[in-house]
Amino acid sequence: MTALLEVKGARKAFGGVHAVDDCSLNVEEGSITALIGPNGSGKTTLFNLITGYLKADGGEFRFRGRDVTGSDPGALYRQGLTRTFQQARVFPHMSVTENLVVAGAYRWRDLLVPRVLGRDRSRADALLEEFRMTHVAELPASELSYGQRKLLEFAAVLMSEPRLVLLDEPTAGVNPVMIDTMERHIRERHAAGVTFLVVEHDMQFVMRLCDPVVVLDNGKEIFSGPPTEVQQNPLVLDAYLGT
Amino acid sequence: MVRGGVFVVALMALPLLGFEHWVLNLMIFTLMYAAMSSAWNLVGGFAGYPSLGHAAFFGLGAYFVGIWFQHHDVVTGYEPFVILPLAGLIAAVVGFPIAWVAMRTRADVFAIVTITLLFVAQTLAFNLDSLTGGAQGLAMPTPPFELARFEWPFYYAMLWLLLTSMALTYLSMRSKVGLSLDAIRADEDKALGVGVHVQGVKVLAFSVSVALVAMAGGVWAYYETFTYPQFAFDPIITIGMVLMCFLGGRGTLWGPVIGAFILVPGQQYLAYRLGGSQFYLIAYAGVFLLIMLLMPRGILPTIADRLRRRRAIASSSGPPPSSDVPPPSSGAGTNVPVPSGGAA
Amino acid sequence: MTGSVHALIQGVVLGILTGGVYALMASGQTLIFGIMKVVNLAQGALVVLAAYLSYTLFTSFGLDPLLTIPLTTVIMFGLGVVIQLVFLRPLKREDSAQLSLLVTFAVALLLEGFMSVVWKTTYRSTNTDYANSSWTLLGIQFTVVRVIAFVLSLIALGLLFLLLNRTKFGRAVRATVQNPMSAELLGVESKRVAALGFGLGAATAAAAGSVYGLLYPFNSGSHYDLISELLSIVVLGGLGSVGGAVIAALIVSTSSAVVATVFSPTWSSFTFFVILILVLVLRPQGLYGTVERGAL
Repeated sequence: MTALLEVKGARKAFGGVHAVDDCSLNVEEGSITALIGPNGSGKTTLFNLITGYLKADGGEFRFRGRDVTGSDPGALYRQGLTRTFQQARVFPHMSVTENLVVAGAYRWRDLLVPRVLGRDRSRADALLEEFRMTHVAELPASELSYGQRKLLEFAAVLMSEPRLVLLDEPTAGVNPVMIDTMERHIRERHAAGVTFLVVEHDMQFVMRLCDPVVVLDNGKEIFSGPPTEVQQNPLVLDAYLGT
Repeated sequence: MVRGGVFVVALMALPLLGFEHWVLNLMIFTLMYAAMSSAWNLVGGFAGYPSLGHAAFFGLGAYFVGIWFQHHDVVTGYEPFVILPLAGLIAAVVGFPIAWVAMRTRADVFAIVTITLLFVAQTLAFNLDSLTGGAQGLAMPTPPFELARFEWPFYYAMLWLLLTSMALTYLSMRSKVGLSLDAIRADEDKALGVGVHVQGVKVLAFSVSVALVAMAGGVWAYYETFTYPQFAFDPIITIGMVLMCFLGGRGTLWGPVIGAFILVPGQQYLAYRLGGSQFYLIAYAGVFLLIMLLMPRGILPTIADRLRRRRAIASSSGPPPSSDVPPPSSGAGTNVPVPSGGAA
Repeated sequence: MTGSVHALIQGVVLGILTGGVYALMASGQTLIFGIMKVVNLAQGALVVLAAYLSYTLFTSFGLDPLLTIPLTTVIMFGLGVVIQLVFLRPLKREDSAQLSLLVTFAVALLLEGFMSVVWKTTYRSTNTDYANSSWTLLGIQFTVVRVIAFVLSLIALGLLFLLLNRTKFGRAVRATVQNPMSAELLGVESKRVAALGFGLGAATAAAAGSVYGLLYPFNSGSHYDLISELLSIVVLGGLGSVGGAVIAALIVSTSSAVVATVFSPTWSSFTFFVILILVLVLRPQGLYGTVERGAL
């Protein structure tokens, strides 16, 4: 059975630095896969390669069985592969509702319809309720707290009903309460059938939530397995503690 | 909105009020720049891609009309106005692939292509002299309008262009086109990442924008009778459009109009007083730089900001400030006014 | 030699020689972009201003334009710093990238207006006594000024190279170009680098301007064609890459000269536009630029 996302032999070099060096990984459908590794291991680069923000020097990327190597982020989004950003990028001057609606993957012929249609509003409202953000629906996104913005960004990419969501350090810079909230939402969505690939530094978060865990070091995948085994693996320990 | 309506009605009635020719002449140019500035706003204001070569399409429209009437007759005098939409269409068709290539990477590169385009267009006009008359210029048939009301058709043509431009802007703002443009302007890469049809919307905005500008060029060619390359493809035209848009407030509906209504009469007055055209450039550039440094968002957004702040201080839940820009959502139960269309 | 081969070779020689001057102008332009991520639309105007300066020094004081280069370089450097400090530094907001573009455009117009007031709009040309002499070697004509221009540009580029690679300031500049945040963390004062960098870019315009005045007739409006060509060169070379700009300048200049000599001079002015479009269609990042898709 083919995995939802397959990366084979990905390569990306910047000048002389091989950020990603013949890296392969698979994300199985229905999993919450973690992507971890020490600083400089190439996680971020790989993340950007998968999501179309960087063009790979080599390698193959397949999503839902189809070759998506070299696709741009918009094309991937519309095929069901979405991502969030570490800095929680939202559109600051647009309202929370509009931030959601604009991510709705509307088609060409919908361009001339009003900004926020009735059905857009109901979809947005449903998400807002799920994320307990109904009370800020009409606020400009710039007035939200950092944690709220992270939730908004997450909610927004769900508007297109994706198959795979790549989360870029979802717990970075948020307080423990918000981390719990994030975790809860991920679990709920996961139960509803969404697959996740999470880049994270928070090990406890990863251990609680993710299976399998993929470890990168020096641009290569060095381990892939359940969280209980990760901490024991000598290669992993070496990568984090060595050098 | 009411004030806007009154303003439009006043404009429609103006020629009937029996002003002297020079007033109507001034108004023709004011309306022309208001229309063009409003058109430029679609690309430079709403999409965030400053085009520095829109004059190329102005000239394109002017020459199209001029060349068309080398081979066709003007009988009633209204034929040039009738083929304006064709000029606009041609401009859109030419602009489409240019925009596609130029808007692929970043706004800087786009600006580069547009500047170069203007220069190339002017050189073409000079060199393809069998078609364009080269440096000798191209002559349009003299309009057969009665002297007393000579300016009227041109005035209404320019007014029509302005209203069309504003209508398109308004529609855009209220539709998902505007939503997409706002996202693109705020964070284009993020917009791409959430599935916004970035390239398509940008190119659409550009095509519509240049179509309008080309039509203005067509009317201008007829009004001036003679079309010369250095005037049809004059960078001053682009600069004027951009400056007026910035002054009034880009990304707003009325901003470019206000900018034009301030600057065109102002410039005419200065020309009358100072005479020499060398100072034009210094004055334009100087005003431009002052605005960049002191009031970069332009008149309308700055005023809207101050009003909002004053009301926020005065009362905690006052009514939203009357803005020329309608809020994005239907507004019921809003006590925090939400800026839309980039007015923020 | 047959006629068209001769024309071709002549064109190539011409192109390479003038390429040097364009390389110099373009390197300043791309350097400014690399440091500040700003496309300096005033670069052409700065070159023309420098041309006027050397012209005036020549006609009023009889000073050879090549000899006054050190003077004009210092003046233009100062002007560049002032422009950056007064007009560009105050722009610190979200869309400063777009605004900077328009600001440099406005500065270009301001300079053009200033020049047209001071020097009127008649075409000028620095006509030294060697301005029209040329050598002939193997049937190819080498105009003296072009050879001088080329040699001068090489020297100037060499100095620039030394500056960037052997001095502390140069290191700071390169660090800022590669990674402004890291550079700041390492103690590089990005504000100062920006101001001095812009001055440096203007200084290259000075050297090029003196030569430009010898080669071509110019007036206050000449900066438009010039900036269009420079921008095409910089895009081809890759925004921010000085080496790329040099190579691109040679390519564009040679193509343009070949088209002029083999076909007709009128079409040579389109060459750079065609090249620009080709680059954008085929390889938008240019020869040595980086592909930036997502601001990461």
